[in-house]
Amino acid sequence: MTNLLQIEKLTKIYPNGVRALDDVSFDVPKGQFVAVIGLSGSGKSTLLRCINRLVEPTSGRVLFEGRNVTAANDAELRRIRRRIGMVFQHFNLVHRSTVLTNVLAGRLGYVSPFWSLVNRFPKEDVEKAHQQLARVGLQGRAHNRADALSGGQQQRVGIARALMQDPTLILADEPVASLDPVLAHSIMEHLEQINRDDGVTVLCSLHFLDLVHQYADRVVALNEGKLMFDGLPTEIDDAMFKDIYGQEAKRVG
Amino acid sequence: MRTLLYTFAIIIGIIIYAYGFQVTQVDLDELGSPTRQESLRRILRALARPDFIEYEKEEFQVETPIYVPCPAGGAPASALDQSGPYMVVTPPCAEPETEVSVEGFNFAPNTEGPLNFIPPSGVSLQLGRIASDGSGHFALTVKLRDRASPEPQLLRAVTRRSIGGPRLSQNGIDTIDKILETVFMALLATTAGTILAIPLSFFAAQNLMRTVTSPVPSIALSILAAPLGILIGGQVAGWLIKLGLPLASNLAANGVGLIVIALLLMAAMRWLATPAETDPKTASGRLWQVGALLLASIGGILLFLLLSNLAVNVGELLTPRLGRMGFLGNFLTKLGEILQLLIVPICALITAGVLMNLAGQLGQKLVERATDQLGWLLNLLLAALAGAVLFLLIGLAVEWLYEIRTPMNTRIIPALVGAAAGLFIGLRTRYDDSLPVGLTIYSVTRTVLNALRSIEALIMVIVFAVWVGIGPFAGVLALGLHTVASLAKLYSEQVESIMDGPLEAVLATGANRLQMIVYAVIPQIIPPYISFTMYRWDINVRMSTIIGFAGGGGIGFLLQQNINLLNYRAASAQIFAIAIVVSLMDYISSALRQRVV
Ligand SMILES: Nc1ncnc2c1ncn2[C@@H]1O[C@H](COP(=O)(O)OP(=O)(O)O)[C@@H](O)[C@H]1O
Ligand SMILES: [Mg+2]
Repeated sequence: MTNLLQIEKLTKIYPNGVRALDDVSFDVPKGQFVAVIGLSGSGKSTLLRCINRLVEPTSGRVLFEGRNVTAANDAELRRIRRRIGMVFQHFNLVHRSTVLTNVLAGRLGYVSPFWSLVNRFPKEDVEKAHQQLARVGLQGRAHNRADALSGGQQQRVGIARALMQDPTLILADEPVASLDPVLAHSIMEHLEQINRDDGVTVLCSLHFLDLVHQYADRVVALNEGKLMFDGLPTEIDDAMFKDIYGQEAKRVG
Repeated sequence: MRTLLYTFAIIIGIIIYAYGFQVTQVDLDELGSPTRQESLRRILRALARPDFIEYEKEEFQVETPIYVPCPAGGAPASALDQSGPYMVVTPPCAEPETEVSVEGFNFAPNTEGPLNFIPPSGVSLQLGRIASDGSGHFALTVKLRDRASPEPQLLRAVTRRSIGGPRLSQNGIDTIDKILETVFMALLATTAGTILAIPLSFFAAQNLMRTVTSPVPSIALSILAAPLGILIGGQVAGWLIKLGLPLASNLAANGVGLIVIALLLMAAMRWLATPAETDPKTASGRLWQVGALLLASIGGILLFLLLSNLAVNVGELLTPRLGRMGFLGNFLTKLGEILQLLIVPICALITAGVLMNLAGQLGQKLVERATDQLGWLLNLLLAALAGAVLFLLIGLAVEWLYEIRTPMNTRIIPALVGAAAGLFIGLRTRYDDSLPVGLTIYSVTRTVLNALRSIEALIMVIVFAVWVGIGPFAGVLALGLHTVASLAKLYSEQVESIMDGPLEAVLATGANRLQMIVYAVIPQIIPPYISFTMYRWDINVRMSTIIGFAGGGGIGFLLQQNINLLNYRAASAQIFAIAIVVSLMDYISSALRQRVV
């Protein structure tokens, strides 16, 4: 297997001095479902955002499909970003736009800038948007306003938007943290299916260990920006658990 | 200790207020003096009776004979017609210079007028004034004049009675005319101000500008490209206008040309903007694209030229034929003229923008390719050059403004200082450092907007009235400028408070900055923008009512004239009109705003 993503000595120090990532290195082979775990504030979001440079890393390198993300200029970065879908904890839909427009936004990196500015997309893209909406079970909701949807539905729109990018990698930053546990599984199942059927690599930060056990092929654990653990979900024993989550943490479920 | 402090504070307070009374000349004696009270009464009564409505009146006379002096055998009785208004004199005859009492019946209620004595000479002498009560009755005693005659003489009461219903007085008509002018002044100023304020507000929003960074060579090249672009764009647009004018002079040629060029442009667009962008473009493909883009922009300029000319021509054709609706034709003409005026500056700005963008990209490329030594050299040279050009331009502006004719001071020295400053910056930065240009643009925009905003429109209009003459157009310009400044500020605060999430999400898909603005920023700011625009229209209506005081036209102009003429009843009509329109606007705008948000 070739490595889709290589992270080398990645460090991020925020302007306020917080060292959110500290010399983190790991590789992700194509097709893997990787869970990123850690307490809140451990640097999970920072890690995911450094990969597509929504956050500018302080030092270290990120290679995606062999291309150096950290050294890319604006145009290159946009071409890299359009192959990396991102799913957010708070969905990050544009509330006042329609579901369809939100999904079509996933094509912005591909379409001609001029036509997209007047909200014109190629016919194939519009068809594709409807297909993706059907895939996440939202057929018929295309012309609703995004904020008319429930949380779980909004997250599925977020997934459809990521799918529009024809991604080879999906970064999911706590995609289920603001959803009911029941809905959490439906979202995770969508991600799992995309991973299994489309061969899309998934890097997903998660809060709950039971979700990790159920969906992830591999776990990467962060604590105060340092990589604490990198292995199979089943390898996390009680000692490891206490290292990741702190001594007071109790293992449930 | 504490009480001491309080005492001290109170004493200071008393001193401040005492001084305030002194400088503002508070004078209670003046308030109470009888002449002042009389003035107050006069103005309040005038205000309470706005000159807005009048009744059409006709003059109307009632006569009764009188004998001066009494003839032998007393005054002959005369038939009294009691069907209309009539007067009874007692006694019916009297000696000159004696008093008689006059009673009137059946007069129009509450009218007044002179009571005249008409001797045989026919020259009427006023004896007094009659004033009828609510039932049309009056009584008064007058002293007869020294005009003796054996003939019967006449007492004549002259009153006015209204025929027909109420109608607007001339002042009322003028008031309505001017209040409409005022509302439209506000509308135009708000529209123009909004159009300009929207793009400015993006430059004044910190969250959008913070992420815009650029290395020194890019910035320097952009600075060099800006004046070049303005020069080239303006020049080319000028040529094209000259070239296109013969085509535009003839209505038919104009129309045909418009259609042909529009079709050509559409085809070019289709071909240019292939729906999907291919990955790294080939050099020849790029060249083709640039060429096509150039042709397309030339076509675009011609299109605008023809369009504006068409508007002017059609407008001029229509104006005389539309009769009362002629203002529609006039509107078309004016729109065309505005478009024509805008072609050159817009062209210059767009060319400057495009050139700056290209120069920035070129700088980026240079930075990526350059070796360290070359980069260092480039950094120094470009920074020095850009600094020199920038300062030279400022020097030229100073030269023009103050009419200084010493090139040494306004050209050479600034250029040298600028070059030195550029060198300094070039030395202090690495060539591949990213400088926060966005934040610089943000601060400059904010500063200019704040400065503009602090000048009241009422003061700005003085400058514009000198420029374009006293009248509503000066008012529109002043209000418009003030609107730009204040709306851009309000808008940009809205941009700063939008949710970051959608912005990140759109950027993460590989969208560029413009796409991010269209897809993530604009949908979020539409409701507050509409609400602020409405609010601003409300304020502009308020402001435009008084902007006439300083030469801005509208109702304020009329109001000021009437006040200067001491014509308070007329002024009162305008004051009421302002009150009604302002409160109406207030109500409408708040109702609409509630609906939008
Ligand atoms: N924009 C920022 N500026 C400064 N500090 C930040 C910023 N974002 C995150 N941090 C800090 O970086 C650390 C890691 O944050 P984050 O990556 O959000 O962790 P997680 O997603 O695991 O909760 C935290 O201590 C947080 O306070
Ligand atoms: Mg997080």
